[in-house]
Amino acid sequence: MSTATLNSSDAAGAPARADSLPPRRLRSAPWADKAFEWLTRMFAFFVFSLLLAILASLVVGSQLSLEKYGFSFIWSTDWDPVQEKFGALVPIYGTLVTSAIAMIIGVPVSFGIALFLTELSPAWLKRPLGTAIELLAAIPSIIYGMWGLFVFAPLFQTHLQPVMINTLGSVPFFGALFAGPPIGIGMFAAGLILSIMVIPFITAVMRDVFEIVPPMLKESAYGLGATTWEVVWRVVLPYTKVGVIGGIMLGLGRALGETMAVTFVIGNAHRLAVSLNAPGNSIASALANEFTEAVGDLYFSALIELGLILFLITSIVLALAKLLLMRLARGEGTRT
Amino acid sequence: MSAIATDQSAIHPGNRIYRSRKNVNFLLLAVSSVALLFGLFWLVWILGTLLYEGGTALARTALYYQMTPPPGADGGLANAIAGSLVMVTAGTLIGTPVGILAGTYLAEYGHRGWLAGATRFLNDVLLSAPSIVMGLFVYSVYVAKVGHFSGWAGSIALALLVIPVVVRTTDDMLKLVPNTLREATVALGCPAWKMVVSVTYRAARTGILTGILLAIARISGETAPLLFTALNNQFWSTNMNAPMANLPVVIFQFAMSPYEDWHRLAWGGAALITLTVLVLNILARALFRKSD
Repeated sequence: MSTATLNSSDAAGAPARADSLPPRRLRSAPWADKAFEWLTRMFAFFVFSLLLAILASLVVGSQLSLEKYGFSFIWSTDWDPVQEKFGALVPIYGTLVTSAIAMIIGVPVSFGIALFLTELSPAWLKRPLGTAIELLAAIPSIIYGMWGLFVFAPLFQTHLQPVMINTLGSVPFFGALFAGPPIGIGMFAAGLILSIMVIPFITAVMRDVFEIVPPMLKESAYGLGATTWEVVWRVVLPYTKVGVIGGIMLGLGRALGETMAVTFVIGNAHRLAVSLNAPGNSIASALANEFTEAVGDLYFSALIELGLILFLITSIVLALAKLLLMRLARGEGTRT
Repeated sequence: MSAIATDQSAIHPGNRIYRSRKNVNFLLLAVSSVALLFGLFWLVWILGTLLYEGGTALARTALYYQMTPPPGADGGLANAIAGSLVMVTAGTLIGTPVGILAGTYLAEYGHRGWLAGATRFLNDVLLSAPSIVMGLFVYSVYVAKVGHFSGWAGSIALALLVIPVVVRTTDDMLKLVPNTLREATVALGCPAWKMVVSVTYRAARTGILTGILLAIARISGETAPLLFTALNNQFWSTNMNAPMANLPVVIFQFAMSPYEDWHRLAWGGAALITLTVLVLNILARALFRKSD
């Protein structure tokens, strides 16, 4: 790179002190700065347009199904490739339910872990424990799926599920959610495994936002005689609630789009079941299972529309998460 | 009622409110410790299972030089391992320069104009976007146009996952470089592009490298985007324009099959991928910590 600039012309604007000129390349290649800036700008624009390009390609790809079904696609439960009748309600329901289960289990656990790491853990344990939890996020999702299918589901079926069905299943109203035969795989198992997968993401955000709380605030509360729990619940959490919600949304975004782990354990049944122990389907697992085997333009188009719905839902959730976290970052330092 | 008289002090052990506050505190902190154990429990369980089930498969040398077998026959994962290596390498090589240059714009030129802020925002959304959608995207803009699944399509899908990670870390790491360093360089008469290339990049080198390692770790285990792009191949193939075998899809296919010997191979592959990803992660962390 430097040879190009060294060789370029140096005639213009030489001042009188020709003997003590600064290095030649100084005034050389006046275009290089602009060129580099535009090069980086071009790539930034590429990244900027990527999301829009994905959206556009999905809309174009699902045109056939969009035209044929319109909005009824969203609330129809049909999924019959032979008669070419398609509706997205079952996979949408499965995606939302499994993510909800993941959040109900994952959020309190993440909060507990973040609390432990910021307030309770001795300093020398903080890093190893934090790293161990973060490693949960590093394990590829297909490993979770495989482990869930071969190891977790059989144990869940023989030990945990019968207990759950017998106790929770007989509660009025609420019980229908847990009724049914114990078959191991199903929406609850998928939600549980998803909860393990989102814990590291939510924990990481919570820990980071807990750490920005000014020590002065916490020390004042301790000085007034508050217990650790009271400090966390009354001081730390109110101060960071925007960030905590942002972290939860980030985890939710991950859970909604998770493919492989869910595909292994959800059971892939195109049926709308009330019971959480029944097999279901999620958008991502329907895509993973059926896309390469789909025959016919309409089938393809319906699957791409599923992808479009998934992309829209996750993008909105993730954008909200980002906005909340940005608000917290902006508020940092202005509040006391 | 005599207790009230002696419990004037707020922290007297006999003070009922104080006692209940202490108890609530103890209980909830215990719950928090249990939550941590809950998290660690799954990590240990999953890694333990992988080592137990995959350990013997990993120890068989045939795993590394034989091709994926038909059910019932003996075999290894050589073609899948090679395919994964090729596609991860290609994906990283395509995605990294794009990510670094875009990240450079965000950190170095981004203080004016709308582009940097908007890109940063969309990039963060992209960072957590479902990877299966990336597969769909590459399918519709590349595979459907070319008419066949291919190693290139897989590499492009992986590159699209590398980009947001690298953009984010490059941006963050360049912003950590002290501005005085930039000012000093410019004051010495250095052109801006040269300042970026030979001063700020160098100062942020380990951080950027960490980001690349994390990106590689992320794509090594990605399955969903490869399902519709690289597909799979039973045979040894280095042709990037043909469907290509890769570990994650082979694991998916083998694990979902009813055959015992395929399951064993799938466990071997799963252990191999996880070990690689964990080593990359720990390496990235060690590297980053050293630079602190």
